[in-house]
Amino acid sequence: MNRFFDIPSDLQHDWFGLIVLHLREALLPVLGGLLLALPLAQLCVRLRWLYPPVLWVTTVLYAIPSLAFFVVLIDYTGQTELTVMIPLTVYSLVVLVPAIVDGVRSVPQETLAAATAMGFGPVRRYVQVQLPIAVPAIIAGLRVATVSSISLVSVGMLIGNQGALGNLLHDAQIYNRPELAWNSVITSAVLAVLADALLVVVRILLTPWMPSGARGGRSRPAGVRPDPAVPALEDAAR
Amino acid sequence: MNVINFVNAFFSDGAHWHGYDGIPTRLWEHVQYSLEALGLAALIGLPIGLVTGHYGRGGNVLSLVATAGRALPTFGLLVVTTIVLGFGMLPVMIPLVVLAVPPILVTTYEAMRSVDPPPVDAARGMGMRESDILLRVELPVALPLILGGLRSAAIQIVSTATIAAYVSLGGLGRYIVDGLYQHDYEKVVGGATLVAGMALATLAVFWAVTRAAVSPGVRRSN
Repeated sequence: MNRFFDIPSDLQHDWFGLIVLHLREALLPVLGGLLLALPLAQLCVRLRWLYPPVLWVTTVLYAIPSLAFFVVLIDYTGQTELTVMIPLTVYSLVVLVPAIVDGVRSVPQETLAAATAMGFGPVRRYVQVQLPIAVPAIIAGLRVATVSSISLVSVGMLIGNQGALGNLLHDAQIYNRPELAWNSVITSAVLAVLADALLVVVRILLTPWMPSGARGGRSRPAGVRPDPAVPALEDAAR
Repeated sequence: MNVINFVNAFFSDGAHWHGYDGIPTRLWEHVQYSLEALGLAALIGLPIGLVTGHYGRGGNVLSLVATAGRALPTFGLLVVTTIVLGFGMLPVMIPLVVLAVPPILVTTYEAMRSVDPPPVDAARGMGMRESDILLRVELPVALPLILGGLRSAAIQIVSTATIAAYVSLGGLGRYIVDGLYQHDYEKVVGGATLVAGMALATLAVFWAVTRAAVSPGVRRSN
């Protein structure tokens, strides 16, 4: 067990260093994806005809295996963190755009009409009414994007030590130390679960008007349809 | 554009079209791996999702299981299963199934939950058995969403089955992994193009299945 955290020196980080590296490589892309997805989704909500082609393009991008994506990028960005982060940004974008579009579209017409009647302009109505109501759907999208991003960083190992915790998998093989592979899998799984839980907390803080256990089946009153974003999200999830 | 040149060069090279490393062989291997993984994942995810969705219980447990499943890094899991079980089909199938079960499970559950209660109550009032209500009333209505969940699982499997090549199995991942080690980017891009094409074909298959299997009455209301 004490060899579990004994990280070979070729990785040039200790266990905590690898965790920090892993989180940076996984979370910056999600943030970038969110920043790109917000305007793109707004465009899709405004121009309805744009949404189907955007969905098609993103589905195809999503289908490109992460390893192939990394390798092709090496030609342009070298064996750097950027090579791992660009594909992860694209994948996050793909998950987030439908989540935000469905979330914003699920805002009831009466609510929009009420906001307009109160004198809200289109921008203020979007920021102060539509986005907050879409928060549960957006967070649901962020959860899927974050968890899969943390899981995919490991593949970066294959393009030369850019996989953070995934690099342990390589060392597990060359030094014949299986416990390093276990360490890699367990640590990144725990990181993913913690990040996921953190996002749930953020959602509860951002939507004080919702019951905290709203995702559960039993608490939902009969006849109310479940969160429409959920199937849509699974649709986009990697 | 660099990438388009790579794609052209890859597909116009006759050597890539036959033999044990030819495109037809690798494509067929990839289809087999994907179908096996999807079949196993559906065998696990569908019954559990249908039954829990029907009774409306365990949604929180399901979403926990799904999160845990998604949290396990597919690639890391592959390395671990290979270390534990050695090389072979089983260590590749485990990560792929773990990858595909969460979307199937969660979507099936949510699809069953989204069925309007009045027809279900009516069926119960007419004296239908619970199993008949599940299979003949709820399932047809939930089918479009369930197929959506299966579709996203299938696309994830198709794209991720490429990792099988890392543990010396075949499939389209061979081009990507071999191309990486040979610094042959033409091969990598060609392999990625084939995988993306196969994902598009998967979309088309699911579109056709949805057309054929979903009852017209349900389709109209969506």
